[in-house]
Amino acid sequence: MNRFAELLDRIAFEPGRNGKLRLLADYFRHTDDPDRGWALAAMTGALVFRHAKPGVIRALIAERTDPVLFAMSYDYVGDLSETVALLWPHSSAAIGHNAPPPPTLSEVVEILHETPKAALPQALAALLDQLDETGRWALLKLITGALRIGVSARLAKTALASLGDDIAPNAIEEIWPGLEPPYLDLFAWVEGRADRPRILDPAPFRAAMLAHAIEETNFAALDPRDFAAEWKWDGIRVQAVVGRDVDGRRVARLYSRTGEDISPAFPDLIESICAGSFGEAAIDGELLIVREGRVESFGTLQQRLNRKKVDAKLVAEFPAHVRAYDLLSEDGEDLRPLTFAQRRRKLERFIQSRAPDRFDLSPIVPFDTWDQLAAYRRDPASAGALDEAGAIEGLMLKRLDSIYVPGRPTGPWWKWKRDPFTVDAVLMYAQRGHGKRSSFYSDYTFGVWREGAEGEELVPVGKAYFGFTDAELKQLDKWVRDHTTNRFGPVREVEANRKTGLVLEVAFEGVQRSARHKSGVAMRFPRVSRIRWDKPARDADRLEAVEALVGERK
Amino acid sequence: MAPHILAPTPAGLYCPAGDFHIDPTRAVPRALITHGHSDHARAGHGAVLATRETLAIMALRYGEAFCAERQVAAYGERIRVGGVDVAFHPAGHVLGSAQICVADARQRIVVSGDYKRQRDPTCPAFEPISCDVFITEATFALPVFRHPDTSHEVEKLLSSCRIFPDRAHLLGAYSLGKAQRMMALIREAGWDRPIYIHGAMEKITDYYASEGVDFGEIVKVSASDRARLAGEIVLCPPSAIQDVWSRKFPDPVAAFASGWMRVRARARQRGVELPLIVSDHADWDDLCATILETRCGEVWVTHGEADALAHWASTIGLPARPLHLVGYGDEEEAGVEAPSA
Repeated sequence: MNRFAELLDRIAFEPGRNGKLRLLADYFRHTDDPDRGWALAAMTGALVFRHAKPGVIRALIAERTDPVLFAMSYDYVGDLSETVALLWPHSSAAIGHNAPPPPTLSEVVEILHETPKAALPQALAALLDQLDETGRWALLKLITGALRIGVSARLAKTALASLGDDIAPNAIEEIWPGLEPPYLDLFAWVEGRADRPRILDPAPFRAAMLAHAIEETNFAALDPRDFAAEWKWDGIRVQAVVGRDVDGRRVARLYSRTGEDISPAFPDLIESICAGSFGEAAIDGELLIVREGRVESFGTLQQRLNRKKVDAKLVAEFPAHVRAYDLLSEDGEDLRPLTFAQRRRKLERFIQSRAPDRFDLSPIVPFDTWDQLAAYRRDPASAGALDEAGAIEGLMLKRLDSIYVPGRPTGPWWKWKRDPFTVDAVLMYAQRGHGKRSSFYSDYTFGVWREGAEGEELVPVGKAYFGFTDAELKQLDKWVRDHTTNRFGPVREVEANRKTGLVLEVAFEGVQRSARHKSGVAMRFPRVSRIRWDKPARDADRLEAVEALVGERK
Repeated sequence: MAPHILAPTPAGLYCPAGDFHIDPTRAVPRALITHGHSDHARAGHGAVLATRETLAIMALRYGEAFCAERQVAAYGERIRVGGVDVAFHPAGHVLGSAQICVADARQRIVVSGDYKRQRDPTCPAFEPISCDVFITEATFALPVFRHPDTSHEVEKLLSSCRIFPDRAHLLGAYSLGKAQRMMALIREAGWDRPIYIHGAMEKITDYYASEGVDFGEIVKVSASDRARLAGEIVLCPPSAIQDVWSRKFPDPVAAFASGWMRVRARARQRGVELPLIVSDHADWDDLCATILETRCGEVWVTHGEADALAHWASTIGLPARPLHLVGYGDEEEAGVEAPSA
C-alpha cells in the first residue's frame, strides 16, 4: 500500500503527461501481482467501496484528536482526507522492529470489500494505524473515490501498454471491458508470458478511428474522386453497441470516444437500442441533442453532460440522439476490414430498416472539386444543411477504400474544421505555467473595451495558454516581465490602457452567455492565434463585437 | 510576582538587567544573536555576542563591518552581562545556532531561537536546558506537521533521478543550513556524483566545508553547464526555480526541501513537482516533547502557530503566553521573492 501511495503522491505533483507515463510504467514494472492490478483498477475507476464515507472518517478522527487542534489543522490544510492522514496518531503497535509489515494494496482492497458495514470503522482504523502519512492519505482518497491525481483511465492503460513489445494502447482498450481486476491475464499478456486474453464482453468497445486536421498543402496530392465528404457534427463521438451474453440476454452499452462506458448517463438511448430491431450491432456516431427534429448547439448538449444524476426531467428536456457515421459490426460480423464504401452501404440499409427513432444517418455531402467543398465548408447551409448549420463544426473527408483502423492513421481520414472566430483583445494578466513552463508567464487573461462608469475600460473575456510558438512564448514572457504593474502570487498584472498594452488576436469556437464571468460572456476553446505587436491597444475590439457572436457557431 | 528578566518589546526580547536584546529586529546598542538567518541576525548593531560560527556567517552575509564590536560565546560558557549570566547551548537548527539561557539568582529563561530535534550531520544537536521559562518558536506548531525520516525523503529524490535520467533535478533549499544539510544527507544516501550548486550558495557552503563538514565534490553551476546537467542534482535557492535561471536545464524537475511540503496545497501553490519534507524546525511532536523536557513552569511562544501550541499547553495545565513578536518568519517564506543572484 505504501508503494502505491508513493506513486499517487508523486504523480499528483507531476504536471507532464510523459512524466506521469514513466512513473506509472515504472510502478507497473516493479510491483508484483496482484497489487499492480488493483492499482490499475483504482486509477481506471474500477474500484468502488460503498460503505466508506466521509462521515465514517470524521467520526474516527473525532475519537482520536482534540477538537480545537483538529479544527485549526483542518482550517490550515483544507482537505479532510489529508488532514486526517496527517493528524492520525502514531500507533505504538506500528513502531519498532517487531511490528508487522504495513498492509499491501491487495490486503487493503480485500479488507474493504469483505468487511460488513457495521465493522468497517474498526477495520479502517486498524489499517490507518498500520500506514504512514502518505499511505493514510492514499487510503482515504481511495475509499472516498476522489483520487484527483490527473491520471485518466486512458493514461494508465497507455502506461501499461508501454511495458510490452509493440502493444498499442488501443489493443488494451479493445479487450478492456471484458477484463476484471486485478487483471492477471492482462499483465501476463503485456509482459509476453501469455496469449492475449479472450474478449468475453458481449458488447465490447472498439477503439475509435480518428482523423488528422488537413492543411491547405495536403489538397494538391489528393484526388476528390477518392473521397467521400460528410459533416463533422459538433457533439460527442460515441459508440452504441448491443450484443448477447452467454445466457442469450441482450447487453447494450454506450461508450465515449475513449471507451468509457457512459450508458448510465443516457438511459433513453440505451432503452431505444435494447428494444426491437436493433439486433446485435455496433454503431459509430455523434451524440447530439435533437429537439423538434433539429440538432441543438453544443452548449445545449453540455447541459446534459457531466451530470451525476439523470432524471426523467433532464431526459425529456434534452433528448439524446445518435447521428450515425459508421457500422462496425452487424449480427456478429466484424465489418471493420471492409472499405468505407462497403460499410456505408450496410450502414444506410441498417439505419433505414433496423435503427430506432433516435438514430439517423449523417448525410454524405456530394462534391466534385475541392473548391466546391471549400465553399460548402464556409457555408454549410448552401450544401443543404439548412437550419442545422449551427451544429456543424466542419467537414470530414474519408477515403472510399479506407478500412476502419483504431487510432489516428495519416491519410485515410481528414478533418477540415471551419475557421474559428477571432477577436483582438488586450493582455491584462499573466500567470506562470506549470512543469516546463514554470518559469514562463504562459497563461494569459485578456480583455476587450467597454464603456465603464469612468469612461472606457477593459473587461476580461477569457484566458488562453496555447497557440503560440516557443519563440513567441519567450517574447511574451519578456513583455510581461517588462510591463508588470502589480503582482499577486504567481499572477502579474500588466500595463493595459489606451496608450500601452499588448494586443493578442484570440481565436475561439463560439461564445456563450455566462453569469459567472464579469463580462457576461464565456468563450469556447480560446487560444492565441497571433500576437499583434503592431496594433495599438486602443484599437482592440469592443465587448459588443464579442456579444454579437453569442449563439453563432463555427 | 517579580518582573521577568526578559520582556517582549517592539525591537524584540529585551533584558533590562543586562541591557541587551536577543535577535532584535532593528539596530540596537547590544544584541545577542541565536543564529545567522536574516530575520534573526541583522546588520547594524553596536555590540554583538554570538557563537563563533554565527559571527562568521554574519560577516559573510553583511561584510566584516556588520557591527561595531563583537564577542564570541562558546557553547556552554557562562558569560556575565550586566546583572545577568548568559550561556549559549546548541539548538540544532543550522551551523552555529544556539539557544540562549539568561539567568539571575531568581530565575532562568531559555530563548530557544529556531531549533530542531532531528539529526543533522552539519551541526551539533539540540540540548534541552532546564529552566523556569522556555521561550519557543512555533513555526510548525500544528499536529499535522510531523516530519518524516529524512532518509526516506532523500530516497524520493534519488529514485526520481533514476526514473528521469534525462531531466535535471533542481532542489530548492534555503542557502544557509538547509542546502548544506541536504548535501550531507544526499551523500549519506550514497550519491557519489558531483552535487551542483547555484552561485548564491557558494560562500556559505565553502564556509561549512572549512568548518570540517565533508560534502564530497561540489561544483558551482556555470551558465554554459546548465544544458548538460540531465540526471544531476542541482541545489538552488527556492526562488531560483521559478526564475529565468532555471530555463536552460534539460526538462527540469522542481524539487523543494521544506517542512511546508507536508501540506500538499502548499507544495502545489509553489509549483513544486517533487516535494521533500525536510525541515530545520521542530515538528509538533518535538515541540511538545521539548517543552516537557525543559521542565519549565511557563512557556512563551515567539512566532509561528502560537495559538495551537498555547492550546496544547493549556490542556496539560502549563501556563502559555503567545508573544506575537513581529519580524520573524520562516526563512524559506521570506526568501520567496529574494533576488536569485
